[in-house]
Amino acid sequence: LCRECKRLTILNSELFTLTYGALVTQLCKDYENDEEVNKQLDKMGYNIGVRLIEDFLARSSVGRCQDFRETADVIAKVAFKMYLGITPSVTNWSPAGDEFSLILESNPLVDFVELPDNHSTLVYSNLLCGVLRGALEMVQMAVDVKFAQDSLRGDNVTEIRMKFIKRIEENLPAGDE
Amino acid sequence: METRFTRGKSAILERSVTRPKTEVSLSAFALLFSEMVQYCQSRVYSVSELQARLADLGQGVGASLLDVLVLREKNGKRETKVLNILLFIKVSVWRALFGKEADKLDGFPAKVTVHWHKGTTLMIKFDEAVIARDKALEGR
Repeated sequence: LCRECKRLTILNSELFTLTYGALVTQLCKDYENDEEVNKQLDKMGYNIGVRLIEDFLARSSVGRCQDFRETADVIAKVAFKMYLGITPSVTNWSPAGDEFSLILESNPLVDFVELPDNHSTLVYSNLLCGVLRGALEMVQMAVDVKFAQDSLRGDNVTEIRMKFIKRIEENLPAGDE
Repeated sequence: METRFTRGKSAILERSVTRPKTEVSLSAFALLFSEMVQYCQSRVYSVSELQARLADLGQGVGASLLDVLVLREKNGKRETKVLNILLFIKVSVWRALFGKEADKLDGFPAKVTVHWHKGTTLMIKFDEAVIARDKALEGR
């Protein structure tokens, strides 16, 4: 990593928060309803996630995770810290160990954000779900990610629920059956 | 806006506007910004339309940032003279955006265009009216 990159790595979160807000605002203008905006945020997040994973693997010295529990810890303690400066806690593991929650006490995306009454079904931070889904898909994990609780919509905390669906096999070239 | 006032004071308005302690990585911003550019690109048919869309997005950001910076660093007093505005941009705004001051302050134009020549130069071309007003203020 060049020294230049290291020096400019940290960015005060305000510009980031405002930029994300500009994006969501624009999407609300471009699309008819909250559901469409949510979908678009997820899609954009997915595109980001697919690229973010490479950046992440290059900067952190994290090796391949042994299991979903390790994945959860890396996501919460390394990735979130590295990109958003926060460390959500990992809780609510399902008995089968294939589902867990990330509890976010704070979230730079939503600083000073309030949802107006006419957008009560907007999942403002839905970009994050797409990012997580896209990033994990690139390391052969199909997951389902969604917000279980959202402080912007009145809940006490923000909770992201992640569920492991399946391992993605590498695609075989056609005709190799 | 009206709803917020009639509903009673919102908790958000009570919060202080000191510099947030959270540090977001440059990559996060870069990835987000890149995706936003691509999004705009998918909805326009020309480069100038793209630039207009991006500028629109930026305008809202700038307006909010101005309020916060002026409140925090200048005690709520906004600059109205041309040179002071430019200095404000060079020092405060640039520092908020890029973590350091802008390298050089060159000339006084007010339509903002970007030129790539030995680094990025943002040219701001002012209207005749602004120059005239500035001169009038100085005369007072």
